[in-house]
Amino acid sequence: MVVRTRVNGDRHEAEVWPGASLLTFLREQLGLYGSKNACEQGECGSCSVWLDGALVCSCLVLAAQAQDREVRTIEGLSDAGRLHPIQEAFVEAGAVQCGFCTPGFVVAVADLLEKDPHPSPATIREALSGNICRCTGYQKIVDAVELAATRLRGGT
Amino acid sequence: MSIDIRRKGGVGESVRRVDGIPKVKGDFEYASDLRRDGMLYGATLRSPHPHARIASIDAAAAAAAPGVQAVLTHADVPGKKTFGLDVQDQPVLAVDVVRYAGEPVAIVAAEDPEVARAALKKITVNYEVHTPVTDMERALEPSSPSVHPQGNIVRTLQVIHGDPNAPADVWVEGRYETGMQDQAPLGPEAGLAVPAADGGVDLFIATQWLHADHEQLAPCLGLPPEKVRLHLSGVGGAFGAREDVSMQIHACLLALRTGRPVKMSYGRQESFYGHVHRHPSRVWMRHGARRDGTLVSVQARLLVDGGAYTSTSPAVIGNATTFAAGPYEVPNARLSGTAVFTNNPPCGAMRGFGAVQACFAYEAQMDKLAAALGLDPIELRLKNALKTGSVLPTGQPIVGAAPVRECLEGLRGLPLPADEPALDRDPMLLPGGAGNVGHGETLKRGVGVAVGYKNLAYSEGFDDSSEAWVRVSVDGHGPVAEVKTAAVDVGQGIDTIVTQIVRTELGIDRVLIRPPDTTIGSAGSSSASRQTMMTGGAVQLACQAVRAEIDAQGGMQQVRRPIEASRVFHHRPTGKLDANGQGDPHVSFAFGAARAVVEVDTGLGLVRVVQIAVTQDVGRALNPQSVTGQIEGGSAQGLGLALMEEVALVDGQVKNASFTDYLLPTILDMPPVVCVLVEEPEPGLPYGAKGVGEPSTVVVPAAVVAALRHATGRELPRAPVRPDDLVGL
Repeated sequence: MVVRTRVNGDRHEAEVWPGASLLTFLREQLGLYGSKNACEQGECGSCSVWLDGALVCSCLVLAAQAQDREVRTIEGLSDAGRLHPIQEAFVEAGAVQCGFCTPGFVVAVADLLEKDPHPSPATIREALSGNICRCTGYQKIVDAVELAATRLRGGT
Repeated sequence: MSIDIRRKGGVGESVRRVDGIPKVKGDFEYASDLRRDGMLYGATLRSPHPHARIASIDAAAAAAAPGVQAVLTHADVPGKKTFGLDVQDQPVLAVDVVRYAGEPVAIVAAEDPEVARAALKKITVNYEVHTPVTDMERALEPSSPSVHPQGNIVRTLQVIHGDPNAPADVWVEGRYETGMQDQAPLGPEAGLAVPAADGGVDLFIATQWLHADHEQLAPCLGLPPEKVRLHLSGVGGAFGAREDVSMQIHACLLALRTGRPVKMSYGRQESFYGHVHRHPSRVWMRHGARRDGTLVSVQARLLVDGGAYTSTSPAVIGNATTFAAGPYEVPNARLSGTAVFTNNPPCGAMRGFGAVQACFAYEAQMDKLAAALGLDPIELRLKNALKTGSVLPTGQPIVGAAPVRECLEGLRGLPLPADEPALDRDPMLLPGGAGNVGHGETLKRGVGVAVGYKNLAYSEGFDDSSEAWVRVSVDGHGPVAEVKTAAVDVGQGIDTIVTQIVRTELGIDRVLIRPPDTTIGSAGSSSASRQTMMTGGAVQLACQAVRAEIDAQGGMQQVRRPIEASRVFHHRPTGKLDANGQGDPHVSFAFGAARAVVEVDTGLGLVRVVQIAVTQDVGRALNPQSVTGQIEGGSAQGLGLALMEEVALVDGQVKNASFTDYLLPTILDMPPVVCVLVEEPEPGLPYGAKGVGEPSTVVVPAAVVAALRHATGRELPRAPVRPDDLVGL
């Protein structure tokens, strides 16, 4: 089947197998490899994207469900090569090790901070409980979120 | 004139990761992201039986399916039919027998991954099913079937020290078990094999050790070593899982057969079958002490399940056995260790590598002993703590830093987290919080400590050296240093450490790390807490050679042509153990201690870990942020082993090969980790820095379970501890 969708503002149209996930479509048809394939079961959040503004695991969404809808991925987050403040904070706080979970975390954090610019540590942990990181033990990810939240509110 | 040494961005600074920006943007290319025009997709048919004879394989229907370009079985392996890190006993594709459920039997290359997977179902394999050996103790019984012709013992060793029958005032005894843990790196096993014009093959691969893969690949492919070239691709975590070969040989075989690039990338379920796991263990220990707490004797029997093939089991049981007395002065010991073959999935390297299982047992024993003697558990440990000059049960003296006392005292100096009233608490902060199942009516708090240690680099006579090449040149922007090694950055940050070392040694800010491949000498594995000292050491030596030449030419300003040097770093030689386990087996040691504070809902058996504190002997922190990152991450994997992570096996079958069923610690399970770095530089190592990746994983499982025992008063001899164990069902 042919899927027509808009990804990071650009129109795309591609022939896909009807059973293909949105993650497979993004990676294999569009060459957008930033969304990762770690569990392919909706448990780890490595493939997190926005579908019409809602945070989803793209491995659990069919490519066909994105028909005529708006998809935003990690590749759409940095503006003309400039890092998003959340991305900067992840590097600065040491929240990246192997980095395989990182794009999914960055997307989930962006979703959180767009909705709640002042999250408490408990809110941060609850919001990110669908993302698994095997390297960091999460402390530096929490630090990165707090750093990014401060900067996005205009603080230093 | 000497060069200007600027140490900005050098060792000791929390320099940002050199690969951080591509990783946060999603631009970093992992092995599972590789692609080439015209590439095919590989897939693997695996045995559904843990033990069977293959009567026949019929692949005709699969080979004839549209889009399928090759179907290969053992008959198509042109060279050596087996591979393995230590002993080459693992078939590339099963020949006549399968020894574990999940063993590769046939491989397919097709135009599309779905077509490849569908073709697997068209391969007919007739199995004569045999009874599997699935229990490690049963495997030792004379009546047990043999997994391999030579029997079921992979390695057995004993360490006899002093007089093991020496009398003591007080004895404590216990039996302990740990389950099979999965490394669960988030990046799946993946690689891309590209056939080359010279009849050889280039493999782009996520691995921990390019040269060990290379050494195993070339003979199996029937190619001379120079025609098999490995190139590192992005590695999405490893933790030991990528030490053994998974899809490397298969992808190359398919590429060579079809003449087209072939990509293989496992899904999560296949990943559970595609790599080795942490050895499950059963340990018996008996500790004897004088009334004042002085340890007199430790007796131990350790048994680990190596699964179907050898992998690194000999070294794992070597570690578990030589570390079984713990980081204590023990004048008399009898320690025996055995690794067995079973028809369970093969076990091999995972962070902590035998030291984890030993620590779980000896630290439980130390708590038992403290209780029997009426002593404070930390006091008892301090009284017996190893120090520089102490002699280990192997007869090996500790010549380097051994700040066991400092680690324990550091823990004691940390304030405990404040008690929190349960009843008006945010439900998210209760055990089982997100499930909103309890209200904190039956909460009990407990505190546990553990101290342990881990060897750095390879042991028992292995020379795991590392080579580095450094070149300095000057372009329009000034001096630039290029570095090449075969060291793999699995996420731990060796590329950043190397960059810091070059800046420190040469005073050059611009450092380019060339992609690792097999055109340079081995760097050894990114495991055993060894890359900072080994590849770091090689880079330091090469930089010093380059600097000497720059100085000889009259300084950087006089340099007209690039200056380069290659150097190999060897750690001090070690030796094998004799029949009584005496010798000089280990290079160096890193120590660590942990304190865990837990809350247990004794009605529900649910646990909240309130805080983990780790004091760790790091020698010298070359990148403090990265060091604490390793400690925090290692603690999370330790918490996982203590509370939730276990590959569930029933009759040799993995029952939980997914992240839905195999539970990993989430951000809600992990408390804040308080890290205290104990810096006592290690003589003979570059900058005095010890490897930092493993001690927290060694001690945290023991500390968390000790805290659960303290909270509940239960024995809890097995990790992971299940809710049933805590409520006593």
